[in-house]
Amino acid sequence: MGNFIGKSVKRREDARFLRGAGRYTDDIKLPKMTQAAFVRSPYAHAKVLNIDISEAQKADGVVAIYTGQDGCGAYGVPCGWQVNFKNGDTMREPVHPLLAKDKIRHLGEAVAIVVAETLELARDAAELVEVDYEELPAVTDPKKAMEPSAPLVHEEWGDNAAFDWCIGNDRTEVEAALASAHHVTEMEYRNHRVAPNAMEPRSYIADYDINAGKWTLYTSTQNPHLIRLLLCAFVLGIPEHKVRVVSYDVGGGFGSKIYHYTEEALLTWISKEIGRPVKWTSDRSEAFLTDAHGRDHVVHSKMGFDKDGKIVAHLTDEYCAMGAYLSTFAPAVPTYLHGTLFQGVYTTPLIHLNVVAPFTHTVVVDAYRGAGRPEATYLLERIISKAAKEMKMDPADIRFKNFIPPFDGIDEPGYQTQVALQYDSGNYEGVLKRGLEMLGYEDFRKEQTKARKNGKLLGVGISTYIEGCGIAPSAVVGSLGARAGLFEVGHVRVQPTGKVQVFTGTHSHGQGHETVFAQFVADKLGIPMDDIEIEHGDTDQVAFGMGTYGSRSLAVGGSAIIKSVEKVLEKGAKIAAHKLEAAEKDLEYAEGKWTVKGTDKSISFGDVSLTAYVPHDYPEGLEPGLDFSSFYDPSNFTYPFGTHIAVVEVDKDTGKVDLQRFIACDDVGNVMNPMIVDGQIQGGVVQGVGQALLEEVVYDDSGQMITGSYMDYAMPRADDVPMIETDRTVTPCPHNPLGVKGAGEAGAIGSTPAVVNAVVDALSHLGVTDIQMPVTPQRVWKAMQN
Amino acid sequence: MQISLTINGKSHSNDIEPRMSLVHYLREVMDLTGTHVGCDTSGCGACTITLDGNAVKSCTLLAVQADGCEIMTIEGMANGEQMHPIQEAFKENHGLQCGFCTPGMVMTAVDILKSNPNPTEEEIRHGLEGNFCRCTGYHNIVKSIQQAAEQLNS
Amino acid sequence: MIPSKFDYIKASSISEAVKLLGKHGYDAKILSGGHSLIPAMKLRLNRPLVLIDISGISGMNTITEQGGEIIIGANCTHSQVLKSDLVKNKLNIVTQTVKCIGDIQVRNRGTIGGSLAHADPSSDYPATILACEAIIEVEGKNGSRTIDAIDFFQGIFTTSLAEDEIITAVRFPKVINGNYQKFFQSASRFAVVGVAVVKDGDSVKVGVTGVSDTPYRAIAVEDAYSGNSDAGSHAIDNIEVMSDHFADVEYRSHLAKVYVKKALEA
Repeated sequence: MGNFIGKSVKRREDARFLRGAGRYTDDIKLPKMTQAAFVRSPYAHAKVLNIDISEAQKADGVVAIYTGQDGCGAYGVPCGWQVNFKNGDTMREPVHPLLAKDKIRHLGEAVAIVVAETLELARDAAELVEVDYEELPAVTDPKKAMEPSAPLVHEEWGDNAAFDWCIGNDRTEVEAALASAHHVTEMEYRNHRVAPNAMEPRSYIADYDINAGKWTLYTSTQNPHLIRLLLCAFVLGIPEHKVRVVSYDVGGGFGSKIYHYTEEALLTWISKEIGRPVKWTSDRSEAFLTDAHGRDHVVHSKMGFDKDGKIVAHLTDEYCAMGAYLSTFAPAVPTYLHGTLFQGVYTTPLIHLNVVAPFTHTVVVDAYRGAGRPEATYLLERIISKAAKEMKMDPADIRFKNFIPPFDGIDEPGYQTQVALQYDSGNYEGVLKRGLEMLGYEDFRKEQTKARKNGKLLGVGISTYIEGCGIAPSAVVGSLGARAGLFEVGHVRVQPTGKVQVFTGTHSHGQGHETVFAQFVADKLGIPMDDIEIEHGDTDQVAFGMGTYGSRSLAVGGSAIIKSVEKVLEKGAKIAAHKLEAAEKDLEYAEGKWTVKGTDKSISFGDVSLTAYVPHDYPEGLEPGLDFSSFYDPSNFTYPFGTHIAVVEVDKDTGKVDLQRFIACDDVGNVMNPMIVDGQIQGGVVQGVGQALLEEVVYDDSGQMITGSYMDYAMPRADDVPMIETDRTVTPCPHNPLGVKGAGEAGAIGSTPAVVNAVVDALSHLGVTDIQMPVTPQRVWKAMQN
Repeated sequence: MQISLTINGKSHSNDIEPRMSLVHYLREVMDLTGTHVGCDTSGCGACTITLDGNAVKSCTLLAVQADGCEIMTIEGMANGEQMHPIQEAFKENHGLQCGFCTPGMVMTAVDILKSNPNPTEEEIRHGLEGNFCRCTGYHNIVKSIQQAAEQLNS
Repeated sequence: MIPSKFDYIKASSISEAVKLLGKHGYDAKILSGGHSLIPAMKLRLNRPLVLIDISGISGMNTITEQGGEIIIGANCTHSQVLKSDLVKNKLNIVTQTVKCIGDIQVRNRGTIGGSLAHADPSSDYPATILACEAIIEVEGKNGSRTIDAIDFFQGIFTTSLAEDEIITAVRFPKVINGNYQKFFQSASRFAVVGVAVVKDGDSVKVGVTGVSDTPYRAIAVEDAYSGNSDAGSHAIDNIEVMSDHFADVEYRSHLAKVYVKKALEA
């Protein structure tokens, strides 16, 4: 541990946020800027018969109106991941148009955009656009979408499947093992659809500079370089070096701001057409209708056990909604980010998962905090707890019996799963032991028995999860269908005075990179944190990057920075050796200076930096300057894991669930800033609790959304949740320089099944074995009646 | 319509459309972009400011309704370099992550602590029921307000 | 989200407001706190051409005791009511009710008059107004009149206010023994079920909100009550129960009975 690594250093970004001086996209105002408003479809599936813009064109302040019949109608946004059918057929990839032309495929799809002098006038004029629709029957449920009679989202393929994919052992082998298993536990449920709801709605400003022939796109994105690449090379065909994408402060993402949205490309196109900047900021209603949603898997699963409770086989079939089109990473979510985690933390010898991914008349589904891993964890942790009840075993005991034994990934090899991945390091029983200790498990069980006698419904739920972060290496993900690399770029520029600018291709939208990255750079260079600035979010400043998602920033982006820091120190040592008239091997670097071992002769980092830029007395043949950029492509994913435990009381009269305690013991590898890691876990846990208890996007059969505002979409409020009790174990990642694994999604991955397990536990003596999420008071009460 | 009001201690007069919401006025006319719009229909609390000392959601107030009133936004909380104890407590306790809900949380905390200088955890949570945070899980926001209360009472 | 265009007039007296309302008819809307109206206007579900702001009219934002009654001016915000010692001591059921409305910010702006005139079938006040047998004072072009609580709520977002009438105050009798019990809708925090009970010896008055599209007096419960709380089983007798995503008819009916029982026992 250095001066900063491992310390709860307070965040440097907070000063601006707390003073109201953050720079979110909607805060930016450009000279001559216009405002855009959309005309969106009130139907989920319809033919567009006619669009009449004549009245709207006459309205005050209108600058331009575009529909799919205009030039922009020729463009569509691409998908970034190709998952083919298991029989080898190519994934079905529809055009995702910037504006719908003759067909509407989801509620809220844009049919026209009005650009006006002010937002008020744009809204007024948008109301005057007359669209004639012929409404058509819709399908919103992914399983129903595969029925032969289902309305087709895209007619050209004859059915709604985007792909049909499988992973794991041979299906017949798994089926045979289940047939001869001592006990089989079965589950059928829907891992329902949720809306990410970052508090900052999406916002974009496109600005075309006619003199320079350059575009600037200000966008609330998690990955500016990826947006630039997709926008230039795959959508508009404009030169990448003429486009600057800027993403300053972003008010939360949770996955929903990874993707390249149609509005980004459309505004970019329009700014050149009108020769003026154009802004669009989503309102919350539009956000519900157009931000990519998460989850939405219909699941049927069977897990077989031997008489001792050891898992012998696991077979699952899922229907996973894609929505009306394929969003940027959508195909990867229910496949390579989901099926590959079906080993869980258990030694299951035979696993098979089949995923059918249908198009539905809904907004697209893509990665949402955890992306595929929460869905895998929910299944594994619910089904093993259900099995424990059926086999009259304790839910902790059945887990201990099935855990993969501890391995550090250095002396003991990584664990090869049945579903392609090799885990890096793990100690799964360690986190469960600690979690149970934090709860006081045995005492709780006594309390529960007593409470039941008094008519109180108390329950405890355990979840022991594993997940995969920092998805890599590029060549492997490429072979799995990724159309991008998943490396990261870290650039360290030492200024002549020894002050350091670090440029990272990751993006912070709440994670605190400006603080954490400065912490480890300060320690590695032995200089004050104040001498280090972390720059991100501007493609003109940062050479390249892949952005922030999948809890990758520290494990991948941090490692890239470390590589550049090492190059700085390596070159610095050459300069120091020259100045100190010593051999490089006789130098040691500590506390910001090179010292000749065993002497008091030294030179500071600042002096070496100055020498690098004023190279008068300088090593022969060495280039001036101290400025290095590195690409880091990890050798493997990282695999955080942990135990989450929920304690609930269910109101017997109303079915309302009171979450009384939540315990999270996580292992995210080495920890750079415990305060920030705890914050990530707490926030993730509450999002996962939200899915378990409150949140649900509901479309009716015609494709109307009945939960499209905060009046109907329930998210956790401060008084819905208790303090989150956190602790951790530390099992370092063996394959990256900081030994870190990632903490951004763990909370949301482990927590959901813990809560539902607890609710089912509270009601188990009444014969309740499962409840569909979210476990609302109504659902719980109805389960109690049956 | 002509309105005159005091914002963060300074008087302002502007001619505005009646349909302009107060938050729109603050952000677009006054360039005070620290007050955020999260839902625009009083559901999320990101736009919370104080009006004559009381926390209100500025998305659900017309600017004309604030004529003659005294408004405090997040930009008016600090005393020069010196942050307000509530702001300090949020920083100290990691009470914010992406920062978007933060101004609304701070301004709501002003009202909570004004009417109840020694709130319990439950009272703080209840007081925050009109404000969504999607990042922190509220844990550290509650801690921040607890610490701010101690600070303000000392 | 931006409302369509409208004119804004700040009325300085109730007679001026009434006159303006008469002049503009259906094109006009009364603005008090605006916490029901403004969101609807922003979503363009409601498009008045004229807004008549009555919030500045003097004498409409006081809470006073007159004779045996507590009189709450129509412009009193929920916060003002919540903080009133008079209400707390002599009309505690109202204190309990306003505590359940919205959140701090909403309570700081929303008013009793606005809430009642809006007549959201899931809002809290109606149950209490009914159970207390409060009297609603209104003023219109034909002068002032009073409306009994039982006659006030006519249906979903519908009251017996005439087109030109404005609520000026609500008169409550003092209540010694009353309580309000609410089951919150988890998203909006409106009432899935809200039950107000006022007890006087062996008799009881029960107001229910959230259950039906019109808030109602649970007469069947009142008739069955004689100190025993089983009367709760009559909570929805002769009532058409609403259904939505959060509570279907079966569950909402059950909750109504549970909450009436709870309020009777409290």
